[in-house]
Amino acid sequence: MPLSTSSNFARPDDAFRAIVEAHRGLTAEQSADFDAALVLILANHIGDIDVLREAIGLARRRMIDGQQQQQQQQ
Amino acid sequence: MAPAKSQFGYRRHPDQDRPGQNPAHPVVVVGAGPVGLSLAIDLAQRGQRVVLLDDADRIGEGSRAICFSKRSLEYWDRLGVGDRMVDKGVVWSVGRIFHGEQQLYQFNLLPEDGHKRPAFINLQQYYAEAYLVDRINELPEIDLRWRNKVTALEQRNDSALLTIETPEGAYRLNAQYVIACDGARSSLRQMVGAEFAGQVFEDQFLIADVKMTAEFPTERWFWFDPPFHAGRSALLHRQPDDVWRIDLQLNRYADPVVEKKPENVRPRIARMLGHDEFQFEWISLYKFQCRRMDRFIHGRVVFAGDSAHQVSPFGARGANSGLEDAENLSWKLDRVLRGRSPAILLESYHIERSAAADENIRESTRSTDFMAPNSHQEARLRKAVLSLAKETEFGKRMVNGGRLSVPCSYDSPLSSLDADTWRGGPSPGCSMLDAPVATRAGEQIYLTDAFRESGTDFTLLSFSNGAPIDAPDGIKGIRIGGEGGLADPSGLVAKRYRAEPGAAYLLRPDGYVAARFRHPTRSAIAAALARAEGLY
Repeated sequence: MPLSTSSNFARPDDAFRAIVEAHRGLTAEQSADFDAALVLILANHIGDIDVLREAIGLARRRMIDGQQQQQQQQ
Repeated sequence: MAPAKSQFGYRRHPDQDRPGQNPAHPVVVVGAGPVGLSLAIDLAQRGQRVVLLDDADRIGEGSRAICFSKRSLEYWDRLGVGDRMVDKGVVWSVGRIFHGEQQLYQFNLLPEDGHKRPAFINLQQYYAEAYLVDRINELPEIDLRWRNKVTALEQRNDSALLTIETPEGAYRLNAQYVIACDGARSSLRQMVGAEFAGQVFEDQFLIADVKMTAEFPTERWFWFDPPFHAGRSALLHRQPDDVWRIDLQLNRYADPVVEKKPENVRPRIARMLGHDEFQFEWISLYKFQCRRMDRFIHGRVVFAGDSAHQVSPFGARGANSGLEDAENLSWKLDRVLRGRSPAILLESYHIERSAAADENIRESTRSTDFMAPNSHQEARLRKAVLSLAKETEFGKRMVNGGRLSVPCSYDSPLSSLDADTWRGGPSPGCSMLDAPVATRAGEQIYLTDAFRESGTDFTLLSFSNGAPIDAPDGIKGIRIGGEGGLADPSGLVAKRYRAEPGAAYLLRPDGYVAARFRHPTRSAIAAALARAEGLY
C-alpha cells in the first residue's frame, strides 16, 4: 500500500488544530520531545515500513525544497 | 587477576627437522580460540588431518565471550563437547530491561519446550577452550602445536607456504588450505594485505568479571540510566563459579588507563551492587567496533571468526557467529579436499557468512546507537521510546538493549527454491529446528541427536506416508513415522516443519535446509543435492 497523500480527514482543520494545540504552552525542547513521541506512535500505528520510508522521503524532500527557497530569497 | 587456566607446553615437531623440504599438509588452522579449535575438531571428525597452530602456550586470561547460543551448543553436541559445556555453564533464557529503577519489560528467548538445548548458556571462554582442547587430545588427526607463530605467508597456485616461528627457531610448511582463526587483530589478514574496514564507536565500555555470592536470578539484566550509574547503561550477567559479568558504559573521553585501575573500578561496582564484598577476576575497557573483510577468501587462505568480522558485544554475536563460520566451512572444505565437490563450493562460504556478518554488524550497530545516541535528536527519540515502553507494547519492542544472536538464514546458491507451497516450517537456507522424537526402542531423544547420529552428512528428513521414499543412493535418512521410523509423540516435528505425510527436507551437513518437497521425487532430490554440493 503506497503512502496516501490525498486528504483523509473529513475535517482537516480539526486535525491540524489538534496538533497545534498539543504544542501550546510547551518550550521548544518540550515540543521536540512531544513530536518525537508522536512520530513513533503514529509510525507504529501505520505499521508498514514501506509507507514509513515513503513518508520520510516526502518530509525530506519538502525540507530540502524549503531550504532552497529560503536561500533564493536571501 | 585470574591466572591462566591451562598451560600447554611447546613440543618440537619432526616438521621442524626437514629444512628445504617444506612438509605438506592438507589443512593448517591458525589460532586455537573457540573457532579454530571447533573447526579443527569438525574437520578431524570428517577424517581430515589438521595442523592447528597457536602463538601462545595457554588459554585463559579473562572470560571474554560468555554467552553461547543454542545453535552453538547444537554444533558442540556434534563435536562431542556439548554436554560438558552445558553441565558447567549456567542456563538462561530470560532477560530484563530496566529504565532507572523501573523494569520496562522482560523477554524469554526460548518460550517453548521440546528443544534439547536452551536459548543460551553463560560460560567463561577459558572453560569452553579447555573442553575443546580436551576433545582435540582424543583425536589423533589433529596436531596442535603451541608457541608456533606464523610470521610469513607466500601464496602459490595450489597451496600456501607458511613460515612459522618457534622457541627453537623457524620452519616452513606447505598447506593446501590455511584457515585463519587468529582473531580480530589477525596477522594472517595483514599478510594477505586485506583491509578490515568498518566503524569504531566513540563510547567506551568497562567490563569487569567479579566474584561474589549473590542472590540475583540467572537472567540477563540491562539498565538504561540506572540510579547507580546515571545517564549511562549497565549490564549484569551470571557466569559459573559465582562470577558475574558487569558492563558499564563510560563516557567517550574517559582515560582507559585510569578507568581500568581496580581502585577506580571498585567504587563503581560497589555502587551498583550496594556492597563491597567482591573480588575482581578480570577488568577490561573497550570501544565497540564493527568491521569486516571485503572477501573472506584470499587465494588459499580462508578467514573465519573475528579475523573476518568483528562486532560489538551485547548481542552475543562474536563467538557464536565464529562458530557458525566453522560449521559452515568445515563440511565444504572436507568435500573440496576429497575432490567430491569443486573448489567453487568454498565461494558459498564467503557468500553465506559475509551476508551473516553484515546482518550481525547491522544488528549490533543498531544496539550500539541506541545505547550511545549520536546526537541530541537521537537521544530525544530514545527517550521517547523508553518513556513509551512504560505503557505500550510497541515501545517495549523498540527498546534495544542488545538483540541476541539467532541463526542466520542464507540467501544461498546452494538452496533450491520451493517448488511447492508451504505454510511455514524452515525454508531453504534456514537452520533445522529441533523437536523431541522417540526411537523404536522408546528412548526419548531429539531431532538434533538423530541428525548427529546419522553422521552430519547430507540427510533426508522424511515424513512417512507408508510408501518408501525414492532417494538418491548414498544419502542418509531420518524417517519420522512409519515402520522403522522415529516416532513423533508430541507431534512437534510435524508441526515445526509444517510437514504432511510424504513430505521431505534435504538437510546440509551443517544442519541447514537445502531444499524441501511436499511430494519428493528421486530426480528433484538429486538435483537439489547436486546444487547443494556445489555442482550447480
